[in-house]
Amino acid sequence: MDELARILGSIVSNATPLVIASIGETITERVGVVNLSLDGSIALAAMVGFVTAYLSGNALLGLLAGTVIGMLIALLIVVANIELKQDQVAVGFVLTLLAADLAQFLGQDYTRIPGPTFPTVPIPVLADVPFLGQIFFRHNLLVYFSFVLLFGTWFVMYRTRYGLALRAVGERPATAFARGTNVNRTRYFYTAVGGAMVGLAGASYALAIKPGWANPPVMRGDGWIALAIVIFGGWHPFRVAFGAYLFAGLRALASTIQQQTDLPLVLVNAVPWVLMILTLLLVSGGFVERLIRVAPGPVQRVLRNFLRSEPPAALGAEFSRE
Amino acid sequence: MSIEVRHIHKSFGPVHANNDISLKFDDGRIYGILGENGAGKSTLMKILSGFYLPDSGEIFVDGKPVHYTDPQGAIEAGIGMLQQDPLDIGPFTVLENFVYGRPDGALPDWQAAREQLQQLSARFHFDLNPDVTIERLSIGQRQQLEIIRLLALGVRVLILDEPTTGISALQKSVLFGSLKRLAKEDGLTVLFVSHKLEDVLELCDEVAVLRLGRLVGQAKLPVTTDELVAMMFGQELAPPSHEKVAPGDVVLEVRDLTVASHRVTVEGLNLQIRAGEVVGLAGLDGSGQELLMRASVGLLKPLKGRVLINGQDMTGRPFRAFLEAGVGFGAAGRLEEGLVSGLTLTEHFALVDPEQRAWIDWERARAVTEERINHYNIYGRPDSPIETLSGGNQQRVLMALMPSSPHILVLEHPTRGLDVESARWIWEQILARRSEGTAVLFTSADLDEIMTYSDRILVFYAGQVTEVTEPESTTVEELGHLIGGQGIRKEAAA
Ligand SMILES: Nc1ncnc2c1ncn2[C@@H]1O[C@H](COP(=O)(O)OP(=O)(O)O)[C@@H](O)[C@H]1O
Ligand SMILES: [Mg+2]
Repeated sequence: MDELARILGSIVSNATPLVIASIGETITERVGVVNLSLDGSIALAAMVGFVTAYLSGNALLGLLAGTVIGMLIALLIVVANIELKQDQVAVGFVLTLLAADLAQFLGQDYTRIPGPTFPTVPIPVLADVPFLGQIFFRHNLLVYFSFVLLFGTWFVMYRTRYGLALRAVGERPATAFARGTNVNRTRYFYTAVGGAMVGLAGASYALAIKPGWANPPVMRGDGWIALAIVIFGGWHPFRVAFGAYLFAGLRALASTIQQQTDLPLVLVNAVPWVLMILTLLLVSGGFVERLIRVAPGPVQRVLRNFLRSEPPAALGAEFSRE
Repeated sequence: MSIEVRHIHKSFGPVHANNDISLKFDDGRIYGILGENGAGKSTLMKILSGFYLPDSGEIFVDGKPVHYTDPQGAIEAGIGMLQQDPLDIGPFTVLENFVYGRPDGALPDWQAAREQLQQLSARFHFDLNPDVTIERLSIGQRQQLEIIRLLALGVRVLILDEPTTGISALQKSVLFGSLKRLAKEDGLTVLFVSHKLEDVLELCDEVAVLRLGRLVGQAKLPVTTDELVAMMFGQELAPPSHEKVAPGDVVLEVRDLTVASHRVTVEGLNLQIRAGEVVGLAGLDGSGQELLMRASVGLLKPLKGRVLINGQDMTGRPFRAFLEAGVGFGAAGRLEEGLVSGLTLTEHFALVDPEQRAWIDWERARAVTEERINHYNIYGRPDSPIETLSGGNQQRVLMALMPSSPHILVLEHPTRGLDVESARWIWEQILARRSEGTAVLFTSADLDEIMTYSDRILVFYAGQVTEVTEPESTTVEELGHLIGGQGIRKEAAA
């Protein structure tokens, strides 16, 4: 039992950057902007975050620097799109490559050295709850932050008038305009927020989850995974977070298998990716619809609401008034 | 609240959509804004409701000049508009849609909003469940939601742009009832935009008529249809003459045809259509008529039976083969299926060029396009993207794209959403081809249209087909009974 709690706890901890990044991307995409640069911005934010923390001796300062990097890259995409009418996907893709190369180049003198990290801070009382305490409440601050982010995002999106505006802008900008929302300003704001979360996720690798910096970066590929998780999660914060934990769980399983058998490492490492592709096929193919149709009547509506995964209708589209 | 516009001008590029329009609307009255497609009605209404800014001109509310620059500002000034395609958010629930845009704080009072929503919909006998998503509502219900949303925001001038297109007869009578109550009981000013004369005659107290961007007439009701038509078009119109053509050889034949969708099945249908015949299909949407249409052009595979074109068995052949065999098809969704949004007129004509060469001869394509634009009286330029044309002009393009002398034309709702003149023009084109021996198979929701033009009528009800061989001696009422499923049993018994 203790062993299980320990494993689940480490999955929760390892999933944290993915949770933060994919919720950040969910926010951005919900407002109609695709930030495709995740894989690069996470790496650059991690590097800048680590180096800042290392040079200043302050992990919090490092975290802040990484957050700013993520925000700036996201802002580049939305500025290029709104002001210069450039395609979000094209700009995002170029920025992915650029940021990843920049991280490797600028970070080359700082690899494999110890630096400041966020320590584990058990939450009083809650940490001593049997089983659950071990899973959820004996972590560093970033893990707790991801919990707050998850519930906060859901609350803002579905319970406040800001959330209505956010979703409306990504869905039908003309309506948002008619209801008095400033479409482009809303896009700037939430793209910046989402990008900041991506940056924070990057820095959280270097300062807490997989401390330090390395060439090639340890989190390489996780940006693409986060993008896939957003789709898997149907652009809903809870489902997205579920996807991130599921993926971290699969990864943990793969590494256990690898330790206990003599399967080649490469093969085992590929397992979570393959499973991810399969789940993506399942949620986006006609499979779900068929599954829903065989379910009994009243269950159908619940299932359909939960499994619904339509992208925001105005994702990637520009808005102008006339 | 009275509202007045003075000397409004608005141009889109070369198009003078509103040309010096001055009008005054008083409270407690319902005004019809009439005019054919492209007359500038929507433009004027969008200016009133803050969606467009006029190039020049002024707006007065209760005699005082007002200056707003967006829809929110117009609503604060008391003017709200229900757009032709209701501006709502598909994945939102009815309640979320109702709340979005209200000047609440950060946390809306969801409970109070729910109660207000329910109260207002009960008052007008609207059928709105706060918890279903907009995607699951009909156009009529989405309009109802917009109306009560605007009322809840306190608007005193309610503008409705073509609200009777795409809603059921029942929803229409509920809508008209509530508009009358809003004007008479609450003293609202209602502006009702339409190109349908009968709707305006039924509902409005006064009408204003626009033509080509200008105000061309105003009248207090009652007026006669003829007077309104004269104002809208400058002259009175009779339907184009259509003498019967002696039927020729069988062009389309279906034998023992069974086709099905998930809603309805048509079983064992036999039908022959001869050259020069016009066959109209009547019925409520989804009664099976569209299955027959689609099977006749190869877009739907029959479960059983054969489809023959000019005696040649085409069953199971692809759409392309039907086109090559001389079938012309006009789909109901103009921009979804018939035309390609984003392509220009020239590109459309290049696509259907009978000489399918790998390289497009743009000069030739442009020349062809210009010739068609002239010949078909299309209001647009060769390089206009198709979606910038009005509905009537898109329909003209669709006609112009069809092969010039097909053996049979299969047309879904050829005049849906068009004004009287455009519809008449479309029929002139269809009848001209018919007099050269083309057979015509068409559907329409407009019974008058079906009665006027058909040599034979097939009435569909839940997949069952009744044939009316003599439209001249049938009344609209009788046809209506058949469409509603009454009389099918009677016929079987007789
Ligand atoms: N946003 C726009 N951009 C360019 N042309 C437009 C736009 N809106 C309307 N028009 C043109 O202005 C004219 C009047 O259109 P509209 O007001 O929609 O007419 P109506 O509502 O009476 O059918 C048409 O020729 C139409 O093509
Ligand atoms: Mg209009």
